[in-house]
Parts: sequence; C-alpha cells; structure tokens
Amino acid sequence: MLIYIAKRLLVALPTLLIVSMLVFGLQMLLPGDPVLAMAGEDRDPETLARIRAQLNLDDPVPVQYLRWLGGVVQGDFGTSLRTGQPVSELILQKLPVTIQLAVMAMIFAALIGIPAGIIAAVRKGGVLDWTANIVALSGLSIPNFWLGIMLILLVSVNLGWLPASGYESIFVDPVRSLETMIMPAFVLGTGLAATLMRHTRSSMLGVLSADYIRTARAKGLTGRQVVLKHSFRNALLPVITLSALLFGELLAGAVLTEQIFTIPGFGKLIVDAVFNRDYAVVQGVVLCTAVGFLLMNLIADVVSVLLNPRMRAAL
Amino acid sequence: MTAIDMPAPRAKSRFWRKFRRNRAALVGGVIVAFFVLLAVAAPILPIADPLATSWTAIRLAPSAEYWLGSDEIGRDILSRMIWGAQASLMAGVISVAIAVVTGVPIGLIAGYFGGWTDTIISRFTDALLAMPFLIMAIALAAFLGPSLTNAMIAIGLSAMPIFIRLTRAQVMSVKTEDYVEGARAIGLGHMAIMGRYILPNITPPIIVQATLTIATAIIAEASLSFLGLGQQAPAPSWGSMLNVAKNFLTQAPWMAWWPGAAIFLVVIGFNLIGDALRDALDPREH
Repeated sequence: MLIYIAKRLLVALPTLLIVSMLVFGLQMLLPGDPVLAMAGEDRDPETLARIRAQLNLDDPVPVQYLRWLGGVVQGDFGTSLRTGQPVSELILQKLPVTIQLAVMAMIFAALIGIPAGIIAAVRKGGVLDWTANIVALSGLSIPNFWLGIMLILLVSVNLGWLPASGYESIFVDPVRSLETMIMPAFVLGTGLAATLMRHTRSSMLGVLSADYIRTARAKGLTGRQVVLKHSFRNALLPVITLSALLFGELLAGAVLTEQIFTIPGFGKLIVDAVFNRDYAVVQGVVLCTAVGFLLMNLIADVVSVLLNPRMRAAL
Repeated sequence: MTAIDMPAPRAKSRFWRKFRRNRAALVGGVIVAFFVLLAVAAPILPIADPLATSWTAIRLAPSAEYWLGSDEIGRDILSRMIWGAQASLMAGVISVAIAVVTGVPIGLIAGYFGGWTDTIISRFTDALLAMPFLIMAIALAAFLGPSLTNAMIAIGLSAMPIFIRLTRAQVMSVKTEDYVEGARAIGLGHMAIMGRYILPNITPPIIVQATLTIATAIIAEASLSFLGLGQQAPAPSWGSMLNVAKNFLTQAPWMAWWPGAAIFLVVIGFNLIGDALRDALDPREH
C-alpha cells in the first residue's frame, strides 16, 4: 500500500508543478505594469520601488518563478500587501474555520443525500423516486447565495431562531459555534446532498440488478437485509470516492457562503484579497486549494483500494 | 458533470426520437425559451428604462405600477430583471462557447495524436481541473479586472478543461473505428480526418456537456456579479441585483426574491434539457 501511495504521489508531482506555473502566471494577466496594478491608488514612487523589490520584478520571469517556487516549497507564499502578514500565516488562521464549515456541510449532505438516494433507488419509478429526483434537481439548480439570503430572511429576520451572521470557534463556545454555523452548513451542503443523492441512486440501481442480489433474494432474505447488508455496502464505495472529490466544490461554495454569512474563513480571505488587490494572497489561496484537491484525490484513491478487496488484491 | 457515451451513427435517430418524447426536456425547453424571448425582446417591450431612478419610488413593494416592486434608488425591478436576463443568458452562452472553442480542438489533438502531445495536454488539464471552477474564475476575474466580458472569459477558461477531457476521451474511442482507418487508408490528412470523420461523430456528447455547462456558467456569472466581479453598476444583472438586495432584506425583501428565482428557473431549465439529452444518449436507458 505504501508503494502505491508513493507512486500516486509521484504522479501528482508534475501536475502540482504545472499548477504552480499557472498560479504564478496569473500575475502576467495584470494589464500594464503589474506594480502599478498592485499598488492601486498609491502611486508613491517609494511604494512602487518597495513592491518591485519585494517581487524581484526586474529579474527574468523564469528566475522570478523559481525564486517564488523555492519559497512556496518552504511554506513561504509571500507577504500580504495589505496587512504585511505572511500569506501562509493568514491561510493557517482562516483554514480551520472553512474546514469546520466544510465538515458540517458534508455531514448535512450525507445525512440527506445518501438515504434519499437509497429510497429513490428502492422505489424506482414511484412517487418517492420522482420527488427525490425533483428535489435533487432543484438542489443542483438553486444558487446557494440566494438560498442563504432567503434562509436569513426566513430563519433569522422573520423567525429570529438563528443568528444571520458571525462566527465563534467550536473550541471556545461550541453551542454558539453550532448556532452560527448550522445555516451556512445547510446552504453549502444542499448542492452536495443533491449530487450525493443522484450518485447513491445510480450506484444502488446498478447493485440492485446484480446477480448476487437476486441470489440473496432467492435465499429468502428480507428486503431490508438485501438493501442494507448486501446492496448499500457495495453501492457506498463510489459514493465515498465521490465525497472526497467534492472537496473542490465545497471550497468554491464556501467562498459565497462565507461572504453571505460573514464567516471569516478561507473563502472570505480570497474575496477580500481580490478587492484589496492583494495578489499574493489570491495566489496562495488558489495554490493551497489545488494542493488540497490533489490530496483529496489521493485519499479517495487510497480509500477505494482499502475498501475494495478486488482492487486490494491487484496491488 | 460527467462524460457521456457517444451513440453509434445509426442510433442518432433513436436518440432524437427519445429526446423529443421526454417531458422534462419539454418543460426545460419552455422555461429557457421564455427567458430567451424576454431577453431578446427587452428593447421593444413596453417597460421602464432599467437605469431610470425615481426618488419618489424608493423600495416600493410590488404593486399595479411596479409589478415586481422598485429598488433602493427607485428603479423598476421588472425592467431590470428583463434586461438582466440578457446579461445572464449571454454570459452563459458566450462563456461556454469560449470553453468549447478552446477545449474541443485541444482535446481533439490530444486524443488523436496521443503520445507526448497527449501526456503534456493531459497533465496541463489535470492541473487546471485541480483548481475549483469558481475559485479559478474568481482568481482570473480578479487579475483580468472586474467586468462582464472578463467574467465571461474567466468562466470560459475555467470550464475549458472539462471539454478537453471529454473530447479526448471521445476521440480515443472513435479513432480506432473502421471508417477512420478507411479515411487514413485513402490518404486523407490529419486535419481532414479530424474535421470530417471524428468531430461529427463526437458532437452529441459535447452538446450535452455544453448544455449542462451553460447552467453552471449562469450560476458562475451570477456568483461573480454577486461578489462584484461581473456586471458593473448601474447595468443590470441578476447576480449584482442580489448583491444589493442583501443589504435591504428587512426593508425590501422583494428585491431579493425575483433575481434568485429567475436564476433558479433558468438554470433548472438548462439542467432539464441537459439531463434529457444525457438520458437519450445513455445506452442503459434504451
């Protein structure tokens, strides 16, 4: 297994290298002199010279890239132009907030999507299947920032049940933390629940028509035993893999969710950085997201191998 | 968004027959046609100027005069919704066109030539796919500058790798077919084989993907405009209308109802059509 993981890491390396080139190349898109763009309204020659020196912009592009990459490998993503803080420090501050939001969203998505998918598959063609499909399609089509706004209007403004914004660390005040995070996590989890429902249904339908399920039924097992013990366990494998792959979608969704509910996480960091023209932060966030995505891909592959005896035997 | 199996040429008529019979496709088609008609007819419809402000009509609730209400500076929301449809639909279609026009030829080259060309393009595609769609679009829009045009370019470039990967996979399965071998045997050049024999046979799954991606692109444009990175004020767009509306939730909730409902409806319309196209192509459904 260790050799397998090492091989997969080796395969991911060239991809990571290209990601780093693309992220570095983003600053080439800045129209005109990047220093003027980065300085914004502040055209003071001293500021311009400081930024130019800070970014080594007088060097050839490949040299600039290699120097930047050397820093990144050592965890140095540069310095925020606005706060003067190291970008890695900012990311480490904000990441736990987004991870809490993402984990809660994933729990919501799994609690809604997987049972709905099973029921839809077992009752294929029936009212429950039809309803689950309509709800899933709606979940995929609803813009989560609008859903967030509507929920704030209903739950916070009209009913006054939950706070409309804010954040408290789960380690400081768990109750307050859950109160502030339930609504954003639900909003973020809606689209994922829809995706999970569709995949669980499709996977269950594939398994339910397999020969060994027919055999299990012929042996006289009850419907519940066939569905939960034989079908669900086998159908779950692609769903688990998919859940890991949905990580990217979660992070992208978190950008908007954090903006609506004013949660000081990873997503809000990138949006604030965009408006403050803090390009080092934007680059750092994009790079970290890509690394996280590749890591989750690796975890999905490893989990698939661990859970599937046929794949394990092939190693 | 998943890759779709391509039908054999003789199955095409069955595909279209199956698609036309799908009631979900009909519902999706009607919804999309309604919004397209509104967007196209916006200049000739008897509606107020979407930019005209009125200090006597600030945040008015829906009424006989203002069917969908008015906004924070007295503009007619119905008029802004109709003109906003233009921005949203245009962004959806143009950004997907950018993704198709750039992604399909690259995927075609990777799949057809294989070898090092394929390896390099595939690694590049993997790298692009590692960056989540919206985060990539936000970063690109940030560096290119906030505007609707740049948002469309950003969304198009972010969606491009999906088409590279899909086209490559389709080309790999088609290029070993007898008719491609035949074309090669009679001495046709690479461009002719790709253009006349491969491309027409991989078009259906690309159309399905494009339809589903339009839905994603419309949400992406609305998201970028909501964040202030898409359509700029005072020009109307559903996303930017929601961005303003969130500041007046207690005083004028109707400002938030309509733009979101419109995005939801048009996206569900494209998703219904895309799903129906995909079902019609799925061999398991025959």
